[in-house]
Amino acid sequence: MSANPDDIIQIDNVAKSFGKIKALQGVSTTVRRGEVLVIIGPSGSGKSTLLRCINMLERPDSGSIIVDGNSMMHRDTDINIVRAEVGIVFQQFNLFPHLTVIENIMLAQRIVRKRKPEEARQNAEQQLKYVGIPEKAEAFPHELSGGQQQRVAIARALAMNPKIMLFDEPTSALDPEMIKEVLDVMVALAKGGMTMVVVSHEMGFVRAAAHRIVFMDQGRIVEEGVPEEFFKNPREERTRAFLSKIL
Amino acid sequence: MTTATKKIGEGRLLPVTSRLEKLPWWALLIALAAVLIVFSILTSPVYQDAFNFIKEGIVTTIRVTVIAYGLSLIGGLIVGLGRVSKNVVFYNLATFYVEIVRGIPMLVIILYGAFVVVPLSLELINGLGNLMVRLVPLAGFGRALQQIDIQQVDMSGRAIAGLAMGYAAFEAEVFRAGIQSIEKGQMEAARSLGMNYIQAMRYVILPQALRRVLPPLGNDLIAMLKDSSLISVLAVRDITQLGKLYRARSFRSFEAYNTMAFLYLSMTLSLSMLVKFLERKMGHER
Repeated sequence: MSANPDDIIQIDNVAKSFGKIKALQGVSTTVRRGEVLVIIGPSGSGKSTLLRCINMLERPDSGSIIVDGNSMMHRDTDINIVRAEVGIVFQQFNLFPHLTVIENIMLAQRIVRKRKPEEARQNAEQQLKYVGIPEKAEAFPHELSGGQQQRVAIARALAMNPKIMLFDEPTSALDPEMIKEVLDVMVALAKGGMTMVVVSHEMGFVRAAAHRIVFMDQGRIVEEGVPEEFFKNPREERTRAFLSKIL
Repeated sequence: MTTATKKIGEGRLLPVTSRLEKLPWWALLIALAAVLIVFSILTSPVYQDAFNFIKEGIVTTIRVTVIAYGLSLIGGLIVGLGRVSKNVVFYNLATFYVEIVRGIPMLVIILYGAFVVVPLSLELINGLGNLMVRLVPLAGFGRALQQIDIQQVDMSGRAIAGLAMGYAAFEAEVFRAGIQSIEKGQMEAARSLGMNYIQAMRYVILPQALRRVLPPLGNDLIAMLKDSSLISVLAVRDITQLGKLYRARSFRSFEAYNTMAFLYLSMTLSLSMLVKFLERKMGHER
């Protein structure tokens, strides 16, 4: 694989099994700096697993993943340093319930980035403003709606000033009327030039922000392309069948 | 259709439970018994005598319980972290400890602690001292270690060691369950922000887990207070030992044991009320 410095994520022939289930069977792709890649596919196709492999929440069985020049499976790589540069937003938000919103956003800044309390707080407030809920700083997560919680989760990831943002079905656990507020933040982030890998079936987001789409099925990438092409004339029969169901 | 529709309130009423049935009679009975004993202690010379003799043990019982409990929490947390650790050595050592200690009666553990573990560790410390004396910069400290003697550790100290050893295994399992009850996503979120395992445990998992294990930990404090009576086999002068002595001296079994039971019960009941109160307070916060 070419070592193009513009390729911030290089995934090469990655395989991962859970017991007998082969979640990934040799997946290769690259993500350029500033690119917004959306992964779609039926459930069980391995798209979430692939996303989680990027920051080693799942450890691939074989293959290689290089993130911003760091070979993720190499024993000399300090995974924690790379992870601080890669934000991830989960389907279930995973906010820390014992901490207030502002503390949620400050915690990793303080202990990973070693920022001073004032600096971390200032940055946290700025991120909260960015996601549109500065007034919720002192609230606890359980006092917020799902959409607000997810926006706090995004703010928490952004506060680390990551180079890459991963989104693992960020709107799947939300009520329909809350999806837009989260997508709006994500679109703004994409327009701002953030490198993003998004597992989602939100066509609104795909149309507004995606640079490239990857379609996965049974642990393999079936097809990829730019959105207009991809939706207008998908090459593969499997892609056509899937798209006819979700569009 | 004009069939006779039932009016609201026409159906049969639920049987009324009388207020008397709902009264906590058991608590009233306990209170009555307590009043009786307090009254006896105040008025009857025999009870007074028994109480005055046994009350010296209250401090010992509380001191032993509190210190042993504190130690068992520290030990339990360490062993509990071992039980959820991915480190093969740490996990297996912790599990080995828990499985062994939980399978042996507390009385035997206390005897082990007092007559095996404490003397052996002292010998180890003496040995360490011998070694350090030869290393010039540490000689002073080494000499101090050499001079530690088994006579310096009294029986209540050995009893504390034994109790703490035994309860550490139980607390370890409480901590393990608490840690494992925290959703997997919490650890993933913490790690994905760049925290290492220890930081994630310290700042994200443990604060949540500790809140959840507070009620079982409180119950174990009560259990330990009761099990502290076992240290009377080491002739530590706690409530039980003094009660036994008083009975042997006066042959007043009834008065001696009533006083002992009363002392234990008043401590355990007030503790369990405290635990319930804490539990309810925690329940509000969730």
